[in-house]
Parts: sequence; structure tokens; C-alpha cells
Amino acid sequence: MTAVAQRPAAVRVRRGGRAAWAGAGLAVVVVAVLGYLPLLTTRGTQVQLVGLFSLVVLGTMWNLLAGYGGMVSIGQQAYIGIGGYGLVYLASTVGVDPFLAVPVAAVVCAVVAWPISYLAFRLAGGYFAIGTWVIAEVVRLLVTQVDALGAGSGASLTGFAGLEPTYRIAYVYWMSLGIVVLVVGGVYLLMRSRLGLALTAIRDEPTAAGSLGVAVTRAKRLVYVAAAAGCGLAGAMVVANTLRVQPGSAFSVDYSAMMIFIVVIGGIGTIEGPIIGALVFYALQDSLADLGNWYLVVVGVVAIAVTLLAPRGLWGLTRGRVELFPTGYRTGSR
Amino acid sequence: MTAPLLEVTGVGKRFGSLTVLHDVSFALAPGEALGIVGPNGAGKSTLLNVVAGTLPPDGGRVVLDGQDVTGTGAAARCRGGIGRSYQVPRPFSGMTVFENTLVAASFGAGLRSRAAADAAFAALVTAGLDHHADTPAGSLRLLDRKRLELARALATDPRVVLLDEIAGGLTEAEVPALVETIQQLVREGVAVVWIEHVVHALVAVVTRLMCLTYGEVLAVGEPRAVLADPRVVEVYLGSTIAGDEPELGETA
Ligand SMILES: Nc1ncnc2c1ncn2[C@@H]1O[C@H](COP(=O)(O)OP(=O)(O)O)[C@@H](O)[C@H]1O
Ligand SMILES: [Mg+2]
Repeated sequence: MTAVAQRPAAVRVRRGGRAAWAGAGLAVVVVAVLGYLPLLTTRGTQVQLVGLFSLVVLGTMWNLLAGYGGMVSIGQQAYIGIGGYGLVYLASTVGVDPFLAVPVAAVVCAVVAWPISYLAFRLAGGYFAIGTWVIAEVVRLLVTQVDALGAGSGASLTGFAGLEPTYRIAYVYWMSLGIVVLVVGGVYLLMRSRLGLALTAIRDEPTAAGSLGVAVTRAKRLVYVAAAAGCGLAGAMVVANTLRVQPGSAFSVDYSAMMIFIVVIGGIGTIEGPIIGALVFYALQDSLADLGNWYLVVVGVVAIAVTLLAPRGLWGLTRGRVELFPTGYRTGSR
Repeated sequence: MTAPLLEVTGVGKRFGSLTVLHDVSFALAPGEALGIVGPNGAGKSTLLNVVAGTLPPDGGRVVLDGQDVTGTGAAARCRGGIGRSYQVPRPFSGMTVFENTLVAASFGAGLRSRAAADAAFAALVTAGLDHHADTPAGSLRLLDRKRLELARALATDPRVVLLDEIAGGLTEAEVPALVETIQQLVREGVAVVWIEHVVHALVAVVTRLMCLTYGEVLAVGEPRAVLADPRVVEVYLGSTIAGDEPELGETA
């Protein structure tokens, strides 16, 4: 033991304290209200809200990858597609209950992502980003070769037979809400854990992290695999909601653009940011639906405006004064 | 002499056609301190990178406590007891100063919760940064970034510590405190390799001095003897030996 270990210096570390409780309380209230909604709202509203939930999950996963793991992927649609197709294949062809098929599809994504990570991690920076996109395109091309998956034209989810639409939609809604809680809560707990500390260090300075004993590649691989599973859940959620999967949309790079928008607008490297970003994106999508292609222009202008006026995203405007999901460590000396 | 803790044998390193290190060897026992001087571009930082595992050597071996770690990555070497600082600081800018050392204590020293927090804070106290514990590391001035480099290296609970120009920029009044900190490490049995242009600080601590030029060992031995060596004096043109030269431009 060296000097450092012997010197008495008991330090009191706080990890959010009251803010953490306030955040948890608020989350419980929001989830309770959202959980009650199917008893009050139309099916159409629930279908729309599941769309919003999928955006929250996707944003949270991209933030985990890029904002915490330092991995700028533009190929997460590979796992969104595998999740969607996995659900359809398991439910429609194999005959697995769709609500069981959703988590199984996510596990499939994780299993596929593990070996792919060895390929993707050979690339760094911009090459990693492009590489993930290429991998997603390869997965899409492979899927369109499989007749059992509807080849180029896609397939329908038929496993809900016997369930009345009202119930089906409410169940899918509750399942999706549960996935949001699992994913956002899981990332929050992950970022408060030892691994979260390692990830934040890797994001800021991977070389220094390695020199301080952090197993950089292993931590990144874990995150990559977890994010693949999360994106698979989102993909399956979307398909359970729309009952249809098509290679063009399920593997669309638009998903990556959307995820980046959500995270950058909301605030990268925070738990709250992607939730805010998803709400903003959803509101824009909803209110500008009639504008056709102009909608993309507005989204682009919003992105540019926020990047210029609030470089750390909308949640960044709080400058860390408000933290609903605090992950840091404070000693009380500044 | 006790068995060596760190043994570097015949290390070589090239970047393309440029030979940066050529057949460099040294050994270090616990509680021994080796100083390294030499002009900019001599290969000092590269040697540290090779020992720490940040760069793979083209030839030679690095042996830590009897184990060949030449093919081992930087993280494993750190967990094995090699702590290091970077000449150009590499803070985790988005984390607080305390979180920076907490990473070192958690992963380098393998500590958990309370023990990790205490070790992380103790390292800040040692480096004189505890009053900045909750400051974002990205907003530190260069001098405090260097202190953070030292604090993080210490928080890994190293058996061997590699320091790269941590005294540059300190005021004359601050140098003795740093010297005392490193002397304390040495007394506790840590092996120290210290690259420094502030030669009078170095001489106060080290038992041996090595002068590196063009990637080769020009002279090594008792510090006063090495500094008196005409070849070493020539390399330094007499100026830096006085120890009051302002910090030179930094290389990677
Ligand atoms: N990653 C690198 N790629 C190419 N050349 C490098 C690299 N790192 C260092 N060098 C070169 O190697 C030489 C030695 O550098 P360095 O070890 O930093 O010297 P010192 O620390 O003694 O000033 C310099 O000429 C430098 O430009
Ligand atoms: Mg150097």
C-alpha cells in the first residue's frame, strides 16, 4: 500500500440525494399516469403513443452508445430491423406468443451484435460510423433474400389472432411502456454503476481510461451489445404496433438520423436529454405531418437552431442545475 | 540491490523510417527513482509510453515483477501496478476532478465504493487539488491539469509510477511540495521514473539519472556525475541544467 491508501481522508460522496428522489418520484407519477391512459383514450392515441415510446427507447440507446460509450453508430437500424423481423418470424412462422417473441427478438439482436462488434471495433471514428451503416445494409440485403421473411416486400404480424383489437392495442401499449421503463431505468442504473463510471471516462478520453486500468474494449462491447438489444426491442415494438414489417423501412438509415436528432436536440450524455428530444421530435412529426417534404426542412432548421443556440441540447440549458437522474459523484468541495 | 521490479531490456521503437528509441535498457528496484533528461524529441515520452503499454515496442522486453508484460495492454499493466501521467494532460473533461481520480482508484487500484472514494480523494489531497474536487476537469488550467495527471497516477495505487514533466510551470515555491510528495512515494517503496526539465527538482529525488538523445542512452548513473558529463552539458548547451528555463514547447 502506498502513501495514498494510508493517509486518512474519509470523503463524503453524494450522488444526487434529493434530486435523485425527486426524479424517481416524478418518474413513478408519469409512468402511473401513462399506465392508466388506455382506460381513458382511443386506440388511435395509444398507437401514436407507442410511436413516441419507441422514439424514447431509440434515443436512449443512441445516447448510451455515443453519449456514454463514445461510439457514433449510424447503423443501429440493423438491430431495429432484426428486432422487427425477429418478432414477425417468431410469432407468425414459428408460432411463439408475440409478447414472448419481443424479448426473444431482443436476445437475438444481442447474440448477433456480439460477433459483429469484433468486426465494427476494428474501425475507429468516422470509419466506425460508416462501417456500422455498411453492416446494416448487409443485414438488410440478407433479409430480403429470405423468402420466409417476405423477401423484398415484407411480412405481416399475425400472431395476435384471437385477441380483440382494443385489448391487443392496450396490451402492446403497456408492453411498450414497460420497455421504456426497463430501458431508461436500466441505462440510469448502469450509468450510476461502476461500469457507468468507466464508460464516461471512455467517452471523454479512451487512451487515458485504458492507462488508468479501465478495460476499454470490454466495456464498449457490453454497451454495443446492450444497445443492440434495446434497438431490437424498439424495432419489435414498432412492428407490434403497426403489424407490418418491410425491409425498406425497418432497415432505413432514417432511423439513425432520427436518433441523432433526438439525442443532439435533447442533450447528449444525459438521461433526460433523449426523453426531451423524443418529445420534441414527436411533436414536430405530429404537427407538421401535413407539410409533406417541408417537414424535413423544418426539422433541419430546428436542429441547426438548437445546435447553435444550445450546443449541449435543450436539457443542457439547465447547466446541470437540475438533474432528475443524477449519475455523478459530488464531494461538496468546489 | 533487491530484485528489480521493472526491467526494460533493449527496447526499440520506430515511427515509419524515424527511429525514436534504439536499444534502451534500465532496471528499477522498489523504492528506487530514475530521472530521465534529454532534449525535446529525444524519445523520453515514447519510452514512457512503451513501458506503460500505450505503445507497443518494435523490439525488446518490458518485465514487471518478473512477468513479461511486453504484449500486455495498458489497462492490464496499470492494474498490475504501473501508474503514469501524460506530458500533455488527458483529463476526462466532462467529469469532475474527483470523478477523474475515482476512475483511477476504481479500475487501476481495483477498489470499490467507500474505499475507492477515499483513495480518490486522498490522491487529490496529495496532489493539492482537493479544493477543486467538484470542478469539471475540462475547466482546469494547465497547471492543475498536470496536478490531476499526478493525482490519477497516484490513485491507481502504483508500485511503479511514470511521471512525464509534471513540474513544468510550477512556481519556485511550489516545487518543494512536489519534490516532497515524490520523495514520500519513494520512501514507501514505489519505483519512480521521472522525466523532467526542472533538473534541480529531479536531482533532489532521483538516485540515478539517464540522459537520452536521439533515442539512445547518452549517459546514465549518479545524477551529479551525469550532469557533469561534457556530452550531457553539450546536449543542454548549459541552459537547462540551471533548472530555471521556462517550460519548453510540448510534444505528444
Ligand atoms: N505517434 C507518433 N507518430 C510519429 N512520430 C512520433 C509519435 N510520437 C512521437 N513521435 C516522434 O518521436 C520523437 C520523440 O518524441 P517524444 O518521445 O515525445 O520525445 P520527448 O518526450 O523526448 O520530447 C519526436 O521526433 C516525435 O516527433
Ligand atoms: Mg516528452
